[in-house]
Amino acid sequence: MAKNNYQLGQAKMGAERRGGPGGRMAVAEKPKDMKGAIKNILRYLNRFIPQVATALVCSVTSVMLMLFGPDQLSRITNLIEEGLLDGQVDMAAVKRIAIRVLAFYAFSALLTWIQSYTLASASRYAMRDMRNDICRKINRMPLSRFDSSSFGDLLSRVTNDVDSIGMSLNNGLVELVNAFVTFAGCSVMMLMTNAKLTFIVLICGLSGMFIMKVIINKSQPFFSRRSTYLGEINGHIEEMYAGHIVVKAYNGDEESKAEFERINQLLFTNNWKSQFLSGIMFPMMEFLGNLGYVAVCVAGAMMVRSGEIRFGTIIAFVLYTRQFTMPLGQVAQAVTSLQTSLAGAERIFGFLSEEEMEDESGKEDLLQDIKGEVEFKHVRFGYDPGRDIIHDFSAKVTPGMKVAIVGPTGAGKTTLVNLLMRFYEINDGQILIDGVDTRKVTRANVHDQFCMVLQDTWLFEGTVTENIAYCLKDVTQEEVINACKAVGLHNYISTLPKGYDTMLSDESNLSAGQKQLMTIARAMVHNCPLLILDEATSSVDTRTEQIVQDAMERLTAGKTSFTIAHRLSTIRGADIILVMKDGDIVETGTHNELLAKGGFYSDLWTSQFVNAEAI
Amino acid sequence: MIKIMKKMNRWEVSLLLCNAMLVLAQVWMDMRIPDYMSTITRLVETEGSDMNEIWIAGFKMLACAIASMFITFGSGFVSSYFAATFSKNLRSKIFDKVQSFSLEEIDRFSTASLITRSTLDVQMMQMFMTRGISMIIRSPISVGIALFKIKGKQWEWSALTGGAVFCVILAVIYVIKYAHPRFRRMQFLHDDMNRVMRDNMTGIRVVRAYNAEEYQEGKFYDANDRLTQNGLEAMHAMGIMHPTMRFTNNGLTVGIYFLGALIINRSAVYAERLTVFSDMVVFANYASRILFAFMSLNMIFNTIPRASVCAERINEILETDATILDGKETEGVEGKEGEIEFRNVCFRYPGTEGDVLTDISFTAKKGETVAFIGATGSGKTTLVNLIPRLYDCTEGEVIVAGRNVKEYTQKSLRNMIGYATQQAVLFTGTVSSNVSYGEGKPIEGRDEENDIKAAVAIAQATDFVEEMEGGYDADINRGGTNVSGGQKQRLSVARAVYRKPDIYIFDDTFSALDYKTDRALRNRLKKETADVTTLIVAQRVGTIRDADKILVLDGGKIVGMGTHEQLLKDCEVYKEIARTQLSEEELA
Repeated sequence: MAKNNYQLGQAKMGAERRGGPGGRMAVAEKPKDMKGAIKNILRYLNRFIPQVATALVCSVTSVMLMLFGPDQLSRITNLIEEGLLDGQVDMAAVKRIAIRVLAFYAFSALLTWIQSYTLASASRYAMRDMRNDICRKINRMPLSRFDSSSFGDLLSRVTNDVDSIGMSLNNGLVELVNAFVTFAGCSVMMLMTNAKLTFIVLICGLSGMFIMKVIINKSQPFFSRRSTYLGEINGHIEEMYAGHIVVKAYNGDEESKAEFERINQLLFTNNWKSQFLSGIMFPMMEFLGNLGYVAVCVAGAMMVRSGEIRFGTIIAFVLYTRQFTMPLGQVAQAVTSLQTSLAGAERIFGFLSEEEMEDESGKEDLLQDIKGEVEFKHVRFGYDPGRDIIHDFSAKVTPGMKVAIVGPTGAGKTTLVNLLMRFYEINDGQILIDGVDTRKVTRANVHDQFCMVLQDTWLFEGTVTENIAYCLKDVTQEEVINACKAVGLHNYISTLPKGYDTMLSDESNLSAGQKQLMTIARAMVHNCPLLILDEATSSVDTRTEQIVQDAMERLTAGKTSFTIAHRLSTIRGADIILVMKDGDIVETGTHNELLAKGGFYSDLWTSQFVNAEAI
Repeated sequence: MIKIMKKMNRWEVSLLLCNAMLVLAQVWMDMRIPDYMSTITRLVETEGSDMNEIWIAGFKMLACAIASMFITFGSGFVSSYFAATFSKNLRSKIFDKVQSFSLEEIDRFSTASLITRSTLDVQMMQMFMTRGISMIIRSPISVGIALFKIKGKQWEWSALTGGAVFCVILAVIYVIKYAHPRFRRMQFLHDDMNRVMRDNMTGIRVVRAYNAEEYQEGKFYDANDRLTQNGLEAMHAMGIMHPTMRFTNNGLTVGIYFLGALIINRSAVYAERLTVFSDMVVFANYASRILFAFMSLNMIFNTIPRASVCAERINEILETDATILDGKETEGVEGKEGEIEFRNVCFRYPGTEGDVLTDISFTAKKGETVAFIGATGSGKTTLVNLIPRLYDCTEGEVIVAGRNVKEYTQKSLRNMIGYATQQAVLFTGTVSSNVSYGEGKPIEGRDEENDIKAAVAIAQATDFVEEMEGGYDADINRGGTNVSGGQKQRLSVARAVYRKPDIYIFDDTFSALDYKTDRALRNRLKKETADVTTLIVAQRVGTIRDADKILVLDGGKIVGMGTHEQLLKDCEVYKEIARTQLSEEELA
């Protein structure tokens, strides 16, 4: 599986890095097709229309209720002011208004709570659906997609994008709507109260927006450079730590330290600059708020003096100014975060719309109780169009045969297996199982005929039993135990603290050999008529190899098996050896026949032993 | 956390103090503004007051606003400069420390954990230093100044404010109790879910071969549901914060006005009434500052525990001392170059019971080839790691060039050795930079370019290197992902050859090579560097059968020592290994 070389470790690291504190100040990416992305997100929200609608209605109503607050407060002020002179405030009226405004506020708070509750549900469930779709998608994609090195990385980004969309749906959207309603509502309320003062407040607000835009634009490059250097320094750290032994053994410390300091200095500069510039925004907004406050106070005072307005109006305006300037800062943030998540949404939907494997609902499962005859007829295949790896491959395998495939790296051994399993579709020719063209039946039906044991032993976090029974539902514990006995694992498993219910995880110290025996036991339980053993022993040390070899012997008994092996010694007993070179079968025969022939195989074989002079 | 803060240097501390002063000044300025509002109110309500006075008060207000803005700029500058300096120094300190570690310390932490600590944890600390600290500084200052301002005003208002603060604190406690743990759990659930997806991807062939797509998806759905449910609970708990806060704040204002009206009614003197009125107008402003300061407790309680976990993890690194210390010697004993001797060496990993190596004794003379064979876990790699002092042996002596390895400076010891590790490591850079990596012993008249070519040729890598785009200047990706396993190993051999050392160590370096290349490489090596002592760890009998001496290891003990022929005769373990690999004729 040499092709399968995407680095999951790196992908994971990447994910953490994005999700980490650095990610929050990420650079605003811009979506290419804003409308398309929005449309796709809305599709996920379709199911939650009632919730989203409720949330929006609640949110708008709540903001509007809030807007009456200052107006009511100004009435109270006026009542008090009237009472200032004659010493008798109309308490009944004050009380009435106070209760009314408190009720407004209470109701508004309740509505906000409902809004946040419903919207949280809607957005979380929409995120869940999105993630499920991504997972489902993985299993519908052709295997070739997994061979590209960036795939793991893409996927981890996509999963993180889901989170950022969720965040935006949750906060950004409401903030935007709220800010807009507040802005418009405030303006209307202020205009109704007094036009001149409104004008003053508006000027302050608008110039605030303008300044904010300038600052955001200015700080963007620092942020983007900052995240670049952060990535670079973390990459350097990762690399040096991972290669610590070489750094030490080769005295590379000083070199690596110098490089580290270089990046660290750059990071530092961009760090404080970006931090400072983004930090400037807040005091600026504060200042504008204060400016509005001062302007309203002074201008208001003049107008009160001239009898144009009453004092309550100033109070109302002071409060309006505060409400008016507050959302401006939020809007800027909400827009940035919405933009980023829309760009993320594009990635997600791009991923979800990638090509899937051919739909097979029209095909029948023709392969039932097969004998195990396999035939390749003039198979031609290449991963890239125009570059064939398998040129014209033909071979016939009778039931029960042990087939070995050997050849140098890059000869196409694993490719052959991929084709047999229909992980890839052949370009030309036919592969027949019991005389049935594998393309005429569903992939699942083909897979049902095979069990695979691969070089990379694949176990997942779960119990021993779960790992062996895997996805089979009607496996009895007895069958699992028998399989383990057959491969010689039973004794070991019995010594584990929880026996067959022991959880396997990254830390569980199973040896490579034991892991491989597990996968062999898994294949035994699944008991398919055809077997593929792809370099099953090459990551096992030589002494354990014999044990694994014996287990495989038991597994393959009476079945048609295909064995790929690096170490030629392991396939001496094969019924037929297919020797591959550059995508073609160059020789076939048993071990002894091929050796006698003195061709490519015997070359390979003897190169293990011959003396130096012979080369 | 405090420990890490204590490690700050004077410059950092003064930046922090400076920031605190600026925040104090700024909040003070900010709160003067409402005072003038109060003045203006009184002026407006007083018949016949001078218009100019209103203007003056207005200008003073404006001046305060501007001053406050500039001070905030200043404090923003200082605080971001501080946070950046702090994280830069912290990063640097950690990096230095880890570089000084021997493998022993690295093993103790694990590489993955060290990486997280030096990257994510530092970032978290920086975040905390930027936002957390400023919140911690600002909140008490705001509360303090606001309290000072409202001191001596009507007690009814203060009582009401106290009540409001109590409400906010209740809400904050609720959030800390119910939402914070759920937010923390979210991370684990997220990892769980990602793991299921990763499993699915790494095992994609197995998943498909066993038609287990639905099974995998089921597992994913479960993990996803758990995450979603937990997230919802957290969000719902968090959701009460905002409305509570707003209602309390607005309600407080209304309450202050209502109480104000009552108080005014109570009083008979006009001047008194006017004072109450003008106080009332600004009191709400101060009160809501107090409320907001208490609300930020929520954030503080959210960040402090997380930051202190990170700080602790970073501290663990900073407080670990490297166990391997330099000796003084820089040269070996004359005439003994390249000689290696192990005298009754035992080794165990710290904190474990049971030796990994027991009583190992052997000598390798200059120019000899000594090979090690044995099952995984038999201690082969550990054994060779003792030579460049990547670990120190627990008992016995490791002698290189006539001296105990502990007598040398690490640098000079390692300069004698060309070590190709079991897992070939390539760094970002070019083919050349990887081959000439590190700092070897100084070689006079070195022709770097030719030496690189020669080393690459000996390592049988010329063919593929020259085929790469850019040849010797071809880029190597991070982690060497753009070359195959076998190619990596050959480049790592070339790196060892390039140093022109007295000793080669090849730890299972040839296993990813096919037999032909393996053999050709060893032949070239023997021919071109005949007088270099070579230690080979191998799995294949074929690779080591010509060695001058083969050590068979089993469970950390030497169970056989001799040539291939000798061992075939009298070492059971060796015979067994050979039997699985060689044909009958070969064994005969």
